[in-house]
Amino acid sequence: MSTITALTTQVYSVFIRATPEQIWDAITKPEFTSKYFFGSEIESTFEPGARYVQWAPEREREWVEGEIVESDPPRRLVHTWLSLWDDDQGREQPSRVTWEIDAGDDGVSLLTVVHDRLEDAPKTAASVSGGWMRILSGLKTLLETGEPL
Amino acid sequence: MTDDDLVFRALADPTRRLLLDRLFERDGRTLTELESQLEMTRFGVMKHLRILEDAGLVVTRRSGREKLHFLNPVPIRLIHDRWIDKYTEHRVAALADLKHELEDTA
Repeated sequence: MSTITALTTQVYSVFIRATPEQIWDAITKPEFTSKYFFGSEIESTFEPGARYVQWAPEREREWVEGEIVESDPPRRLVHTWLSLWDDDQGREQPSRVTWEIDAGDDGVSLLTVVHDRLEDAPKTAASVSGGWMRILSGLKTLLETGEPL
Repeated sequence: MTDDDLVFRALADPTRRLLLDRLFERDGRTLTELESQLEMTRFGVMKHLRILEDAGLVVTRRSGREKLHFLNPVPIRLIHDRWIDKYTEHRVAALADLKHELEDTA
C-alpha cells in the first residue's frame, strides 16, 4: 500500500442484514469482537470520557487504547484511537474512529466507519487500512450467518 | 440486482476502474479533481461515480462546502471472501495433497 500518499481520512461502509441494535452489540460486546476483530476483546463502559481498550487475544497486552468521545446507542459511537501493537505507532498522536449505524427499511442497516485525524499518525494510517476492510467483512459475515469468517 | 451484481457491473468498465485507482492513490477527492484527470465531460464522470456509489465502492462525505469521494474497499473484500478464497483454497489444498502423495510414494 506504499503508493497511498494521503490517508488522513479513511471511510469504510457495508450493508448488513441486521438491526442497528444487533450491530451495536457486535461492536461493543467482547464476546462478539473476539470473533471478527483479530481475536481482540473490547473493553469500555462507553460513557463519554471512559477508556476504550481493544485487548490482544488472552488479554496479553493492549492493542488499541482510546477514550470514548460520543456514545449514542445504537446509532453512533466516537472514540479516539492509539495503536499499541507497534511501538512506532504507539508514539504517534491519537486519531479518531466514528461508527455510524443507519437503519434501512428492509431489515438491512448501513454501517460506516470513518477513521480520521490521521494527519499526525501516518504509520497508523498505513497499518489500519487493510484491517478495517477485514474487520467489516468479518462483522457482516458473523451477523448474517452466525459464524466467524 | 444483488449487491455482487452491482459490484461486478461497476468494475466491468475501464473508466470506473481508473477512478478507483485514482482514489486508491489519493483518497477523499472532489469531482473537479477527479474530472481533471480524465478526458471526459463532468457529466460523464458523474455518471460513472454514481454507478460506483450505487455499488458501494465509492462513499461521499461532506467536508465544509465540498463533497469528497472516498474509495470503500469493503465490497471488493466481500467478493474476495466469497469468490476468490473459495476457489484458491481448493487449489492450494489440491497441490498440498499432491505434494503429500508424491513425497509419500518417493
